[in-house]
Amino acid sequence: MSMLYFLIQQTMFFSIPLLIVALGGMFSERSGVINIALEGIMIMGAFSGILFISSYQEALPGQPVLILAVLIAAAAGVLISLTHAYASINMKANQVISGTAINMFAAAFAIYVARMIRTVQQIPFVNQFRIGEVPVMSKIPVIGPMFFQNTYLTTYLGFLILIASALVLYKTRFGLRLRACGEHPQAADSVGINVYKMRYAGVMISGALAGIGGLVFVIPTSTNFNATVSGYGFLALAVLIFGQWRPGRILGSAFFFGFMKAVASSYSGIAVLQDLPIPSNVYKMVPYLSTLIILAFTSRKSMAPKAAGIPYDKGSR
Amino acid sequence: MERIKKAFLKDSSVNVLSSFLAVAVGLIVGFVILLISNPSQAAGGFGAILRGGFADMRSMGQVLYIATPIIMTGLSVGFAARTGLFNIGASGQFIMGAYAAILVGVKCSAFLPGITLCIAAMIAAMIAGAVWGSISGMLKAYCNVNEVIACIMMNYIGMYLVNFLIVHTVFDSLRNQSMSVPGNANLPKLGLDLIFRDGNSASSANGGIFVAVIMAVVIYIILEKTTFGFELKACGFNRDAAKYAGINEHRSIVYSMAIAGALAGLGGALLYLAGAGNRIDVVDVLAPEGFNGIPVALLGLNNPIGIIFSGFLIAYLTIGGFNMQLYDFAPQVIEIIIAIIIYFSAFALLLKNYIELWRMRGHRKPAAPEAEEAAT
Repeated sequence: MSMLYFLIQQTMFFSIPLLIVALGGMFSERSGVINIALEGIMIMGAFSGILFISSYQEALPGQPVLILAVLIAAAAGVLISLTHAYASINMKANQVISGTAINMFAAAFAIYVARMIRTVQQIPFVNQFRIGEVPVMSKIPVIGPMFFQNTYLTTYLGFLILIASALVLYKTRFGLRLRACGEHPQAADSVGINVYKMRYAGVMISGALAGIGGLVFVIPTSTNFNATVSGYGFLALAVLIFGQWRPGRILGSAFFFGFMKAVASSYSGIAVLQDLPIPSNVYKMVPYLSTLIILAFTSRKSMAPKAAGIPYDKGSR
Repeated sequence: MERIKKAFLKDSSVNVLSSFLAVAVGLIVGFVILLISNPSQAAGGFGAILRGGFADMRSMGQVLYIATPIIMTGLSVGFAARTGLFNIGASGQFIMGAYAAILVGVKCSAFLPGITLCIAAMIAAMIAGAVWGSISGMLKAYCNVNEVIACIMMNYIGMYLVNFLIVHTVFDSLRNQSMSVPGNANLPKLGLDLIFRDGNSASSANGGIFVAVIMAVVIYIILEKTTFGFELKACGFNRDAAKYAGINEHRSIVYSMAIAGALAGLGGALLYLAGAGNRIDVVDVLAPEGFNGIPVALLGLNNPIGIIFSGFLIAYLTIGGFNMQLYDFAPQVIEIIIAIIIYFSAFALLLKNYIELWRMRGHRKPAAPEAEEAAT
């Protein structure tokens, strides 16, 4: 049983960043802008957040530093995503191009700035954010050890963002308008919705969430930031497509993938799996392989936003 | 007919002009970054970037060497883009090809004499890459899996598979790398190492660059001069229209991805058979050459001939970055410059619209509808 608890705690570390970033990607793509820059935005968010933590971790106690770092990561994400919004909305550029440019820029920028101000590219930080036990809640049988022990504030932030995203997307006027811009911007414009504004909002929300996701990814898994988020931005893109651009299904696919990843990375601690004559590289392959197989059987009907990737031109109405 | 030709020529000159503008903006921003981080050394550092590959003969050779694999992955991404597919899986195809080349190089050296070993290794690499690419293509064509997600997953699967296979077939356990291939598996130097050298240190230039350029020309001919290429492009423009015109659109997607995979796979062979002592490290990191193909393709406007030049440009700047370290700058400034060049090259459409508008005023002639699709 303790093995199961450990696996679930591990799953959180992999799933929550994927969930947050994929939800970010959802806002952008549902508004009609493909955001392949998620990886780069994650790096920018993680970089600025970790830089803040490493400078202020002595001056401030753990959790407040984390909360401030999350806000800074979100701000950095919004800032860099504005360049993507400008290129793909105002300039009507190919959205893959500016996304690629941001991915390339972010990694280089994080290394360059770190080396210029610290001479080495790694930024170390003290992980003082782990919550051993949440008072009261951790005493609940089964659920307690699963969700309220060995956890991080960011895990709950992830669920909060999920609920907020679903509400915003489906229960508010803003969400309806955003979705309309991703499906049929001409129709949205004809009833007086400002398509440019909505798309800017979508891209900026995705920037904020991807920035947070980058920080959330780095904190539990490492004690220094090395200008990379190990391709998690691209994986989040995959989770977004796997989740068919819908919050509930994104949650499902993020946790499916995260659980597979947790099993693959900690299989040596599981007696049953350890005894099987399967090499470690095969275990590492399993999350990707199983996702692909599931997709092969379930992708018949894709529910991608119809106007995603197409710049909106008022003249073409 | 003549008039259409003229308009096309003008369009391509607009493309070239916008690319040059993007490069200029990128370099200016790069200079500003150098100025901010260290004003006293900025001029020297920027000079090193500009001199780049022309610093000496050895640097010129290194430009050829660095350009080779990224031209191949650039061709892979560019070719797929011309047929309406976003091949983000060049990384996996690249490493599969690299592994196949090393496997053939090590295991077949007993019975393949001289240059045939090298040729066999390259063919094996193309086949391995093609198989890897076509899996993504089949998933897209027959199961409707988005090719982006299929390619991302195939990247990781390929990386772990190659790590697994290396350990079981061509493993050098001391270095935790693949074994090195025998000498005759390497690409012939063709005397390039004698031309491009600085005193006693020879560059890593080799015959691979000719293979890359020839492949670019072959791809250009396939895309522009053959019915097969036209069918592939037609599927990219409009899948339904292509189907209506009697083109088997499923098969075309698989062919496109197979060719793109073969190009990336050959890129893997050209890097690891370069005779520069490259071996595949058994680590859990995706091959960066695959992702580097995306900017090369974008900068070359997905045109095979353009990709040759953009590959050279990026290699040239990369060498400039190496030389710039003398002035105490981190070489990442080059990647920032390249990123900015790519970003501004995305504005080509805007520039084109202005020129179109200006031309329309002059001739009172409606704008050509091709202007929009050429930019995508």
